Amino acid sequence: MAPGVNEDPAILRTEAVSKSFGRFKALAGISCEFHRGRLTAIIGPNGAGKSTYFNLLSGALAPSGGRILFEGRDITGLAQARFAALGIAKSFQITSIFPELTVHENVRAVLQAREIRLNFWRSRNAYPQFVAAAAALLERVGLGGRARVIAGRLAHGEQRALEIAMALASRPRLLLLDEPTAGMSPEETQAMMILIAGLVPAHTVILVEHKMKLVMGIAERVLVLHHGEVLAIGTPDEIRANDEVRRVYLGQREH
Amino acid sequence: MIAVFLTRAARHRALLAALFLLVLPFLLPFRATAVNVLIDGLFAVGFNLVYGYVGLLSFGHAALFGGGAYATGLALLRLGLPWYGALALGLVAGAGIAGVIGLLATRTRGIYFAMVTLALAECVYYLAYQASGVTGGENGLRGIVLTKIDLFGLDLDFVDPLTRYFVIATIVALALAALSRILASPFGAVMEMVRENEARARASGVDVRAVRVLAFVLSGAFSGLAGGLQALHLAIVPIETLDYGNSGMVVMMCLLGGAGTFFGPFIGALVFLLLQNLVALVSSHWQLPVGVVFMACVLFLPRGIWGQLARWRPA
Ligand SMILES: Nc1ncnc2c1ncn2[C@@H]1O[C@H](COP(=O)(O)OP(=O)(O)OP(=O)(O)O)[C@@H](O)[C@H]1O
Ligand SMILES: [Mg+2]
Repeated sequence: MAPGVNEDPAILRTEAVSKSFGRFKALAGISCEFHRGRLTAIIGPNGAGKSTYFNLLSGALAPSGGRILFEGRDITGLAQARFAALGIAKSFQITSIFPELTVHENVRAVLQAREIRLNFWRSRNAYPQFVAAAAALLERVGLGGRARVIAGRLAHGEQRALEIAMALASRPRLLLLDEPTAGMSPEETQAMMILIAGLVPAHTVILVEHKMKLVMGIAERVLVLHHGEVLAIGTPDEIRANDEVRRVYLGQREH
Repeated sequence: MIAVFLTRAARHRALLAALFLLVLPFLLPFRATAVNVLIDGLFAVGFNLVYGYVGLLSFGHAALFGGGAYATGLALLRLGLPWYGALALGLVAGAGIAGVIGLLATRTRGIYFAMVTLALAECVYYLAYQASGVTGGENGLRGIVLTKIDLFGLDLDFVDPLTRYFVIATIVALALAALSRILASPFGAVMEMVRENEARARASGVDVRAVRVLAFVLSGAFSGLAGGLQALHLAIVPIETLDYGNSGMVVMMCLLGGAGTFFGPFIGALVFLLLQNLVALVSSHWQLPVGVVFMACVLFLPRGIWGQLARWRPA
């Protein structure tokens, strides 16, 4: 790696990326940079193109135009597995855990599978480092007291928290979350937002959310999309003061 | 209560299995069945490793069992190996054939996987059928003589049914202990990940196909060992050992007892063989009643006899 690359505060940047579905242009030239150790929120009304943009960032979709640079490297058009191998982790849209294993085992399995797979003879519990690391991750997402529960029996909100612990277990360099609070009760939503806020600055997080109010308190930078274009970008205060953003969100169902 | 007891029991599952095998011949109405329970039980346990633990439905396990039986038989008959060497060769043969079948078949999924394993196993059958100079063709491999076996200086009479039972039971118990360790190992954990959530396993960096092939090879080792034990026990290797009926039987035993559980396949083999023997007392058409019980089990006990028991909790 060339000297100086590490000083670039942006871990990920998109340069005029666009995406068309047939003749429909879902995204028109989005340029944005995402900084290390920061929480950036992507907001916008329904159909703004948030999920489409998210899918470009996670490699699930290839852009129709423009470039995506991760740590200074052009990764446009790479397969999704390569994105994952580079350390770009995303939360699954549908909850994706190991339902029959305990909460602790869910996280421990992911941690251990990164390093030890081909041992047929030792006990899987003979590696205290993974047991301890799993316990620490569970503590971090607020599931410390639920470690011995079978994961499938957790409440919805707890399962989403477990998923975040599992995503963190793969030690990602960048964590992408698409509406992690979807389907949650207000209390669960509140807990999840506190959890996400606590991930920075240890992790770099990009959070997609359509409820503007939720992210204003925790995001350091906010990107507002509207009709597939950047409507505004800035700190929460700048976004709140932005007339255009207010106009778009006015009369919107706000929670 | 039962579930709690069973959870505790699971910690000492290899020991419990050994105890069970110790008393089995005295519990069964037909002592001759006991050895068959051991051998088919081990076979079903080996099959369970792929079906119950990594979710692959193989219809070709007869090739692994039969391959082991022929290898052990040939080692005794033509190579003059000692009995334990012959058994080891059976195990290796089962694993080797499984490696080839596994590598080819894991390119496909679901019903195609079942079909490919079935087709490849049929190839093995015809190979044995055609190579009659080596395998005895349709007459099977005959003329194996094993009356005495030495075990650490002990000269044991292999003709005596009870001695024979305990020799085979010891080997099966050791195999179950090895399996128990494998399931509890890091590789066992990776197999669980694949079974529970393939997409998540992949996202965690697990090479799902490699895990499946490895599980298939392990399964082949256990199946081949079971086949080798049968060759010692029967002193012949009938060509039917490689027949697809044998592949079907092991699927039934596993489902009957409970796929994905440690003891289930063994219990399945026990129930299957007992039923078969009991019905055979009154009629030669044992397939029909056994089939009815099997269907009832699939419909009403979808987790199998042991699987259902282990999950049972008082309301
Ligand atoms: N695969 C697709 N084929 C065609 N059109 C699509 C496809 N995916 C998204 N779109 C369209 O692109 C636009 C942006 O969709 P996107 O899902 O990115 O919006 P969003 O901002 O995530 O909305 P929401 O808040 O409802 O999740 C929408 O008009 C949608 O109908
Ligand atoms: Mg969306």
